[in-house]
Amino acid sequence: MKRSNEPIFWSLFGAGGMLAALIGPALVFITGIAVPFGLIFKPDTMSYAHMLALSQNWAGKIFILAVIALFLWHAAHRIHILLHDFGVHAVTAVRVLCYGGAFAGTVIAAYTLLMIKA
Amino acid sequence: MADTEKIIEIEVLRYRPEQDKEPVWQTYKVPFTDDMSVLQGVQYIKDYLDETVSFRWSCRMAICGSCGMMIDDKPKLSCKTFLRDYYPGKLRVEALKHLPIERDLIVDATDFMKKLESIKPYIIPKEERTLAQGEYLQTPQQRDMYEQFSSCINCMLCYAACPQYGLNPKFTGPGILALMHRYNADSRDGGQAERNELGYADEGYWGCTAVGYCSEVCPKGVDPANAINQNKMNSAINYFTRFITPGGADK
Repeated sequence: MKRSNEPIFWSLFGAGGMLAALIGPALVFITGIAVPFGLIFKPDTMSYAHMLALSQNWAGKIFILAVIALFLWHAAHRIHILLHDFGVHAVTAVRVLCYGGAFAGTVIAAYTLLMIKA
Repeated sequence: MADTEKIIEIEVLRYRPEQDKEPVWQTYKVPFTDDMSVLQGVQYIKDYLDETVSFRWSCRMAICGSCGMMIDDKPKLSCKTFLRDYYPGKLRVEALKHLPIERDLIVDATDFMKKLESIKPYIIPKEERTLAQGEYLQTPQQRDMYEQFSSCINCMLCYAACPQYGLNPKFTGPGILALMHRYNADSRDGGQAERNELGYADEGYWGCTAVGYCSEVCPKGVDPANAINQNKMNSAINYFTRFITPGGADK
């Protein structure tokens, strides 16, 4: 029996799922509701200067990359197996589209973050 | 008694290989009482209406795992399902999905049996002990690690429920993977390495997409989806650590 390479995708899926479950709703609340409506946080919390400062910091870069990339890998795997369950069996095409998309998103996010100089 | 008797329509998917090109529906009107199971309904058909209807059954009490069938498109043990729950409507019974029909409600379980054998469904002792050394001891906590998974009665309802097995019969499937976990998780067992070669393959744990319907239809409260998910974690850890663990790399 050939060992499956699925653990690579499943681990990214699992990490993304855990991150999404832990901070996803909080991020939606903070960035989508609290800050725009001026609740809890100062109105300039998400100002350009603050966000730039976050992405100039290495810990900030890693956080932003993790949120973007792992969420994408999670979604890619979920959509991939969901399509399979629903009877779309163009396995290679679906894989290339889903995982390719997540990979492209990861590379673009990483490149963009690296380009932001302090 | 006769005047209180109710009548329910049972549609049976017939397939007699010597005369039917493909399965056909046949309807029977069955008198029943509230304590009658679907199995008893089908037995009534065979005894009084049509002796050619074929189906498997044995214990009538949800322990032998023989009488599984699709009842209104859901995999169920017919001995554990009651006619009264379908009345005044009718009900449809047919052979378990995803398995080849041998005749009427009987499926060909060859694939299942072959897979069952392939996982070595028995304890492979971690250490050989002589009689004088006494029995293999196990704490209640160690037993709890596998106990629910040992309740499987091989009824194959989870195979009829599993969309992955339906799409690709090479997938080992829920029940047998749960049973594999039952032995792997037993503190007395040392056969994990032998069994996991299959478990770590696409045909093993990774063929599952966590639909979870298997656990829903299990008549014995086994949770194959959980067994598989636990092992995906083990398999993933093994995948990444195999090169730094002694003896962990592929042969």
